[in-house]
Amino acid sequence: MEYLPNICFAIALVLGIGYFAKNVKKLTRNIKLGQDVDVSDNKSQRWRNMVRIALGQGKMVKRPIAGVLHIIVYIGFIIINIEILEIVIDGLVGTHRIGLKVLPISIYGFLIGAFEVLAVLVFVAVTVFWIRRNIIKLQRFWKSEMTSWPKNDANYILYFEMVLMTLFLIMNATDVHFQEINTGNIFSQYIASWFSGLPELQLHGIERTAWWLHILGILVFLNYLYFSKHLHILLAFPNTFYAKLEPKGQLNNLDAVTKEVKMMMDPNVDPFAAPAEGTAAEMPAKFGASDVQDLSWLQLLNAYTCTECGRCTSECPANQTGKKLSPRKIMMDTRDRLEEVGKNIDANKGEFKADGKQLLDDYITREELWACTTCNACVEACPVSIDPLSIILDMRRYLVMEQSAAPVELNNMMTNIENNGAPWPYNQMDRLNWKNE
Amino acid sequence: MSETIKVPTMAEYMAQGKQPEVLFWVGCAGSFDDRAKKITKAFVKLLNQAKVDFAVLGTEESCTGDPAKRSGNEFLFQMQAVTNIEVLNAYEVKKIVTACPHCFNTIKNEYPELGGNYEVMHHTQFLKSLLEEGRLTIEGGQFKGKRITFHDPCYLGRANNVFEAPRDLIQKLEAELVEMKKCRQNGLCCGAGGAQMFKEPEKGNKDVNVERTEQALDAKPEIIAAGCPFCNTMMTDGIKAKEKEEDVAVMDIAELIANAKEL
Repeated sequence: MEYLPNICFAIALVLGIGYFAKNVKKLTRNIKLGQDVDVSDNKSQRWRNMVRIALGQGKMVKRPIAGVLHIIVYIGFIIINIEILEIVIDGLVGTHRIGLKVLPISIYGFLIGAFEVLAVLVFVAVTVFWIRRNIIKLQRFWKSEMTSWPKNDANYILYFEMVLMTLFLIMNATDVHFQEINTGNIFSQYIASWFSGLPELQLHGIERTAWWLHILGILVFLNYLYFSKHLHILLAFPNTFYAKLEPKGQLNNLDAVTKEVKMMMDPNVDPFAAPAEGTAAEMPAKFGASDVQDLSWLQLLNAYTCTECGRCTSECPANQTGKKLSPRKIMMDTRDRLEEVGKNIDANKGEFKADGKQLLDDYITREELWACTTCNACVEACPVSIDPLSIILDMRRYLVMEQSAAPVELNNMMTNIENNGAPWPYNQMDRLNWKNE
Repeated sequence: MSETIKVPTMAEYMAQGKQPEVLFWVGCAGSFDDRAKKITKAFVKLLNQAKVDFAVLGTEESCTGDPAKRSGNEFLFQMQAVTNIEVLNAYEVKKIVTACPHCFNTIKNEYPELGGNYEVMHHTQFLKSLLEEGRLTIEGGQFKGKRITFHDPCYLGRANNVFEAPRDLIQKLEAELVEMKKCRQNGLCCGAGGAQMFKEPEKGNKDVNVERTEQALDAKPEIIAAGCPFCNTMMTDGIKAKEKEEDVAVMDIAELIANAKEL
């Protein structure tokens, strides 16, 4: 019986981490459903980007209020989590505040004191976040894609953080021994006074409950990540590392098209020659993307990284002028469809069975795709280097090259370019007429 | 006015066995659009005045393929690109200047992979370099003290991080450069990019160019300076929609400098 808490703790830990690991595997599998793309270049630049944008929150402060509050929560999250180390050791070994035994009291007090300060700051920041979202109702949190789950998800995360911080402070406040040492209890000493007068046994009960709920809460939160936009706390790092390094205006040239064009331009190629061994397999199944498997794994990683903050959408010229396009929705739709495909694969023993659905039309409408001005405002706005424009472009490529389904005016424009080398119906021979006008 | 401008072609240079210092890529708008042709001419006048040894491709120039690519027609884009690159490489072109940020972006960023490697400059960068080399002088003239705001073209600014060259030139006019709330990296698109220029916008509650024009008008400018023929059209239309033609002019930076010099 003596070891019961230790055993329970170990079981909770194994279950919590095990289930999370299982979902991470699923996540990786889903991302790998995407097409291969080579991002092995410029390692040092990539590391710098990751350090600046993800670790250093470089793009968050572009919006100062949200940026500073987010940095508080971010630092709080990282630093307070050091405490988990102690909790895990205590839980497994059966010690109580092992830190007090191995660290000088002054250092331990300093650490816990810092955690307490941060816990209070995080609580305040998260409360402000909640107010911005639910009372002030900032526009970007109330767009049409932010209903039901996305809206609730955002609030659940905030409640989770409030509860975890509260439990941490209560756990410290009701720890009679810790309060007696009177070091590091910067905030919990005031909370302790709320509990004064309670018998020690009851205090101990509250302390144990808070301790257990705190660590169990953390494990639940860890497992919540996979189902939530909160996944960004992990994926922001690889996402900023692998993000595009080229100038934003540079859109990729499709290699498959280059091969075809080179062949068309080469007078020595025999158009009727049987394809050489193996070349047929090199041709992509289709040009552009109509479903998630046609996108690159980087675009799929983008989708899982999106935290639905809506900075992209609020900067989008199409969205600002009432069009249906929302870059955030492009990312959310991509993730939702990818999840659906993943579940389909799980249900069909590792193989995808056509479900009569695809990303195009069933999730993202053509009206959204054609509203994009390719201005890159969404790419610039994203604090974790997501590129919604690349998905829009790949889907336009599918519409045009596989379905010839461009809007009529664009077809006219393209016909003009084909026939006379300009988007308007002017003769190429008149190109220098301006000189004499 | 045509008597004063000299516009040699690459073919003419080739015939003389010479190579110009720079190729001026005029672009489709600059060649065919009535408004943009004025920008082209203003820029040529400046090139002539600075005695720049330049040439154009003339009838050998063709669309870079930018609107096709951004519409999703990668085939057409690459066909255009490969054809243009063949012409450019045949003339052994090393340096290109263009007054169109879309041509600028495409040739600079998307042509190299397809075999076209050139030093590409936007005309504002080129004019600035002429200024620095002492080949061109800029005076304020009629624009002295005028309130001018600069609308960043997406494909020059955000897409390629060119923000200062156009602004430096405006300041050389001794004008008062006023910034819109949304400028530089955060500049709002005029609504023409991504081939939107060639189609009706999707259903919404406003046109993008009107939104952007309103932002520009908030800065209370006398002139909205542009660096892109498409932005120029969109902002001009926006000014018309707001019935401000009498008070606010939309002009390209090359036009501002040429007008200030009364060229």
